[in-house]
Amino acid sequence: MSVLIFIDAAEGKIKKASLEAITYGAHIAQQLGVSAEGVVLGQITDDLATLGKYGVQKIHRVADEKLNNLDAQVYAKVIADVATATGATVLVCSNNVDGKSIAPRLSVRLKAGLVAGAVALPDTANGFTVKKNVFSGKAFANISVSTDIKIVSLSPNAYKIEAGEGTAEVVDFSTTVEAPKVKVTNVEKASGEVPLTEAEIVVSGGRGLKGPENWGMIEELAKLLHAATACSRPVADAGWRPHNEHVGQTGIAIAPNLYIAIGISGAIQHLAGVNRSKTIVVINKDEDAPFFKAADYGIVGDAFEVVPKMIESIKKMKGGA
Amino acid sequence: MKILVCISKTPDTTAKIAFTDNNTKFDTNGVQWIINPYDEWYALVRAIELKEADAATVIHLVNIGGADADPIIRKALALGGDEAIRVNADNHDGYFVASQIAAVAKEGNYDLIFTGKETIDYNGSSIGGMLAEMLEMPFVSLASKFELSGTTATITREIEGGAETCEVALPVVVSAAKGMAEARIPNMRGIMAARTKPLNVKEPVEAESLTTVASFGLPPAKAGVKLVDADNVDELVRLLHEEAKVI
Repeated sequence: MSVLIFIDAAEGKIKKASLEAITYGAHIAQQLGVSAEGVVLGQITDDLATLGKYGVQKIHRVADEKLNNLDAQVYAKVIADVATATGATVLVCSNNVDGKSIAPRLSVRLKAGLVAGAVALPDTANGFTVKKNVFSGKAFANISVSTDIKIVSLSPNAYKIEAGEGTAEVVDFSTTVEAPKVKVTNVEKASGEVPLTEAEIVVSGGRGLKGPENWGMIEELAKLLHAATACSRPVADAGWRPHNEHVGQTGIAIAPNLYIAIGISGAIQHLAGVNRSKTIVVINKDEDAPFFKAADYGIVGDAFEVVPKMIESIKKMKGGA
Repeated sequence: MKILVCISKTPDTTAKIAFTDNNTKFDTNGVQWIINPYDEWYALVRAIELKEADAATVIHLVNIGGADADPIIRKALALGGDEAIRVNADNHDGYFVASQIAAVAKEGNYDLIFTGKETIDYNGSSIGGMLAEMLEMPFVSLASKFELSGTTATITREIEGGAETCEVALPVVVSAAKGMAEARIPNMRGIMAARTKPLNVKEPVEAESLTTVASFGLPPAKAGVKLVDADNVDELVRLLHEEAKVI
């Protein structure tokens, strides 16, 4: 018996979301009194043994170059092979882009109930029940899984990475790897920016900024805080910012430590995508903006005056610290 | 070319979320129902665009639900679906729903199956992947662009901090995200035509549920906003640094 954690990588490097998944999976293993094992696919340049410090004891590696890019069908087959060979009873992955493709396929392949987007450890006192967000963050549900094997995909930024001591034993796992049917022809990386779903701080702008030419200060503030930039739906729809920056119910749902909303009124659809942020700061000149009700800190004021002052103030603080 | 578009009925994006029966059921009182936005705006509209480019294309819609889903199915027909299949069953879990769609898909022999990237109620983002595994087809999730040339699809999908373009031969299951198409409004001609388009009701096939909802809950309310004067931005930065400890 074991908890098997799918550890995913991009361009040979382990993703941050996977470190969360390892910590989470290791804690489930402790709770169940079983071992925490990992599976890594493709050719990885990162040192896998050091992942032991997040709690994984053994890592099964399938270093086949056919696994360097994601084809969910090929991945699911290999992960299911490892799960069966190691007698895994709980499978854990991140509910990130890869997890969303692979976990549902594994659910069918292993006939294992799937909880997609878990936000807390499972309750294993009486069965196996996991809390997840539903209604786009407006509510949560406790989902009970009744199958022998359980699959839990962890919502990104929902579980704190814990690093301790330890080295993982890395073993090669041998199985047939099918040729991928999905061929990746191009990868476009937004250079130098922090990925939105992995960012700990997000600076977001709305219609109150009046036009795309005014995003300079948003980007400057974001850079200063090592933050990702985001926007509200009207801004993306107007083409001021790319669609992949749109956060909200019909865009991307995020849960950073700090969300700074500038010139966003806070419509219910927007709040749904960001209300899991641990701290929310709202800067808006309309004191009746609904966003203030969902915020932890707020400034009623003109963004064009407040944001430059904020940049100066943070520079001062960082300089003095 | 035969396309199957999976559509789900969800509460309107502004619906108030509440629960009944000791927090085990969603309170549908006063709720307006819509087609799940990802299914409608991106999956269905992209299918319609493909049909507009190639008149030989046929679009079938599939929904798993009771008769109360018929209005949203008619709307999808008004937008441009040719024919709809409703599997007359309660919405159990994702595995049950995917099993029902898989049965419909096997019968219809589709070249292309579109779903939305997730529903805005259960946020499972699982149906497309489960369906693909059941049908032994490739699956490309979170597509923000979809182009077709003969029987090869070129798909751009969102990845962390960027986008990835891939090629795959049909048949394929694709889940649609923002960017794949632009939302449309049905026109009068479409609405009139939808009244007479076939909406076939089928009984469900035997299938299991692997998960159940034990209970629902609402997130705790915020304690209240701490307002800082616009002339005292330093104080906000101090609070974020010392009190919230987030910068």
